[in-house]
Amino acid sequence: MMSCEPWQCAEIAATKKANPITKPEVAVAMIKRAARPILVVGSNATERSLEGKLLIDYIIDLAKASNVQVVATAHMVAEFLKRGYEPADFMSAMDIGNRLVDPTWQGIDGKGHPDLAMFVGLPYYMESLILSGLKHFAPDLRTMTLDNLFHPHASWSFPNATPKVWAENLTVMTSKFKGGN
Amino acid sequence: MAKKGLFVKAKELKTDVALVKNLELSIGKLVDDSWDEPMGPTPMPHISTLRDWDMKLLNKYKPFYMPDCDLCCLCTYGKCDLTAGKRGACGLNIADQSSRIVLIACSIGAATHTGHARHVVDHLIEEYGRNHSLNVGGLNVDVEAPVTRLVTGIKPETLGDLDEVLTYCETQVTHLLSAAHTGQEACNLDFESKALHAGRVDQVGMEVADLAQISVFDFPKADPEAPLIEMGLGTIDKAKPVICCIGHNVVPSVGIIDYMKANKLDSKLEVVGLCCTAIDNSRYFDRAKIVGPISWELRVIRSGLVDVLVLDEQCVRTDCSNEAERINAPVIAASEKNCIGYKNRTNDPVDEIVNDLVTRKVPGVLILDPEKVGEVAVRVAQKVAPMRKKMDVLPSVEEITKLAKTCRHCNLCQRSCPQDLNIPAAMTAAAEGNLKPLTELYEECIGCGRCEEACPVKLQIHSFILKAGQKFMLEETNFCRAGRGAVQDIEIRSAGGPIVLGEIPGILAAVGCANYPHGGKDVYDICREFAKRRFIVMTSGCSAMSAGSYRNEEGQTLYEEFPGSFEAGGVLNVGSCVSNPHIAGAAIKVANIFAKRNLRGNYEEIADYIHNRVGAVGLAWGAYSQKAASIASGFWSLGVPVLVGPHGSKYRRMLMGRSDKPENWEVYDARTGDVVNVGPAPEHLFQTVETPQEAMVSIAKLCIRPNDTWKGRSIKLSHYIDLHKRNYGRMPKDIHLFVRTMADVPTTMKDEIKDILDAKGWKETVIPDPTMLPRMIRKKKE
Ligand code: SF4
Ligand code: SF4
Ligand code: SF4
Repeated sequence: MMSCEPWQCAEIAATKKANPITKPEVAVAMIKRAARPILVVGSNATERSLEGKLLIDYIIDLAKASNVQVVATAHMVAEFLKRGYEPADFMSAMDIGNRLVDPTWQGIDGKGHPDLAMFVGLPYYMESLILSGLKHFAPDLRTMTLDNLFHPHASWSFPNATPKVWAENLTVMTSKFKGGN
Repeated sequence: MAKKGLFVKAKELKTDVALVKNLELSIGKLVDDSWDEPMGPTPMPHISTLRDWDMKLLNKYKPFYMPDCDLCCLCTYGKCDLTAGKRGACGLNIADQSSRIVLIACSIGAATHTGHARHVVDHLIEEYGRNHSLNVGGLNVDVEAPVTRLVTGIKPETLGDLDEVLTYCETQVTHLLSAAHTGQEACNLDFESKALHAGRVDQVGMEVADLAQISVFDFPKADPEAPLIEMGLGTIDKAKPVICCIGHNVVPSVGIIDYMKANKLDSKLEVVGLCCTAIDNSRYFDRAKIVGPISWELRVIRSGLVDVLVLDEQCVRTDCSNEAERINAPVIAASEKNCIGYKNRTNDPVDEIVNDLVTRKVPGVLILDPEKVGEVAVRVAQKVAPMRKKMDVLPSVEEITKLAKTCRHCNLCQRSCPQDLNIPAAMTAAAEGNLKPLTELYEECIGCGRCEEACPVKLQIHSFILKAGQKFMLEETNFCRAGRGAVQDIEIRSAGGPIVLGEIPGILAAVGCANYPHGGKDVYDICREFAKRRFIVMTSGCSAMSAGSYRNEEGQTLYEEFPGSFEAGGVLNVGSCVSNPHIAGAAIKVANIFAKRNLRGNYEEIADYIHNRVGAVGLAWGAYSQKAASIASGFWSLGVPVLVGPHGSKYRRMLMGRSDKPENWEVYDARTGDVVNVGPAPEHLFQTVETPQEAMVSIAKLCIRPNDTWKGRSIKLSHYIDLHKRNYGRMPKDIHLFVRTMADVPTTMKDEIKDILDAKGWKETVIPDPTMLPRMIRKKKE
């Protein structure tokens, strides 16, 4: 199933809708092109199992390979630490959204505002609302979701896809970075 | 009291026949104002009176908007596309529109509570007269209407006084709603300020409703030992006729219970309820049973236990009447706001109405006389029950297996489900005779029915889930403490000091609806965690039910495990939605009774006091309604932070502080006039939290206040650090922002924290007498 309808049927956008990411290489190119990408990881990271492996473990592989800064929301920092991975930062999903709409915010390392904000694993409707906030109030920021659920408020989103396809996409993405294998 | 038009005031008036003191005369009214507290600066504030206070809060906690819709379609110029800064045909942008929606939601909430109060007060005045006196706690409660006193400057003593107060609320709500008309306000913060005003008015409206019903219906009066009420479908005696009341307005239920008592039938029938009517029924009649929160409406009706359904107002599913028809249960609509298309039978003879309902000549009737509702409901229930035999509409297991085979695996159910529940997988299993995955959906399902609406083959998915969870559903027997109402003055006197000094680490108010992300147990777990930590835990509405719906290792519910008093480690159910002002009122009374601050028309000073000193946090884990929005707004306006669960993000506007901007956290030291940085305490005014773990950490942190003594701060920090380590697996990264002197640091953590403070370049600072109001500075430095 590959569909570019919003995963939750009523979460429709009006005139500005996400571009579908047709293959993982497109997402990789976006990340490589970004000067300051961040990846916001939500609480479903330990709820979603893809081909017998938890989403969080795919994310750790991807983050290690790509060196993208990870911001863990809710209590996910504990889950990352348990797995021996130290995220670049952790804060509430609302806090990271609220910082991203502030053009004067200098990023989690103080070195400059992110130019690409990626999201994965938040409850669908929360992620959708945050992406909507960013679409409206941070128009210069590119946003991308790495979920298997189409998010029309993002700039770029993967189409709705099965966990199997999702696992393949994340694995391919990881392999395309220097640190990946 | 109203001060419009002709108004004469005399301290002492001596005539030939009498000596009159404190006489105020306004057109058509004679009001005795014997309250000697001096009037503060803002009695009966208008929609812009407290704008400066609002702006102080809104600049500290700026709105973060997450628009739910990119368009505006409120007038015929539209639809207008407001995406990313575009303005509509009237000049409005998406920030304005988002804040306008917040204002509209809060105005609906305030109007709803005020309308509810108006109905209750008018009805009671008609029955008992304007001079019927108010009594919410006898000698134990002297400050009996703290919110009303604070906002309006009126100290209501009779039902007639409440009428005056409501006139004020009604005027405000009209102005607030009118401000949302196209072509007004060029700044989103002005809409936000008005939303805060809606919250203030809402708190007054709710307080009026509860004062009236507590006083006249003799609900528990500030009683820490209010009775334990049986709760859950399992508590219903199925051999008896069952009347189920859904909604928020207790008046029709009182008619039912009174009729039962008068005819010695009170042990012959079951009166059960859902949502706040259930809570208030149980305050009136301790044998009334609470079935559950709002999200159980379909669950209860489809399970067939209901013989007569009585619907009043607010949060009643609009398809309840259709659902009742399916189980052959007659319906009585009992509110002008919820007529359901039924014929108005208020003036018809009871025998005729009963006959029409029993013979199913009509599926339902509208009756606007509560006494008549009572007689009809009871008599119909008695006749219908033996005929209905508790007929349900849940499919058999065999039927589920058979029907599940017709599932097309289109995913539309899951994609329509607010909980994103994996229904298709459960259908696959069910088709193979395995109902376990369906059973597992039971706890998380909020009973919205959207899955069924979406299903192209019309599978009754929610009913499948109910059948699969039926055993659990019918075994539910728990306890909720009946809403106690206000907090006693004496309780405030003993707890006020420890709260303000920080030694009671905080007040957690678990309030609001049942739109939970993963069932009600999270509310129980959170409340229990904080009660064990000796916070004061206050509950109301559907959250009060969820808090009582689970048991500890010893088999006790929360209300059995912890005392019902306002003390460290107490768990107090104040009552229904309209009882929420007892929570705000407790904070206000701390300022008044403990700190001796005047209340009367003195909003800004008291809010400033509460914001800087009273470590209270609201948690509306399942908030869904416009009323929940206005209730939250009433707390924001007092400077009390509110957390909502994940679905609360759909309120689409947060009020967020920025802990990384030190300039946001400056207050005046009222002793000296110095500007002191007190850190992000509290950090946010309105925030969505994603998981219960995050909620717990945030609650502990949001209880920190600038005024904490070193001892209080160290207690609060030890809870924050402990919960943070347990849930986040590490030390908080912002601990340095909350340490003012080394004495604030919990003794056992001194070394660990000292290292962090050194690394952060931390410097010692003073503990001020904090205020955001320059006029509160007592002495400027020479
Ligand atoms: S109210 Fe303004 S933005 Fe909305 S439809 Fe009318 S003109 Fe457009
Ligand atoms: S009724 Fe339950 S399963 Fe169906 S959509 Fe609503 S929450 Fe989901
Ligand atoms: S909507 Fe109906 S047909 Fe489609 S997957 Fe769900 S249960 Fe099956």
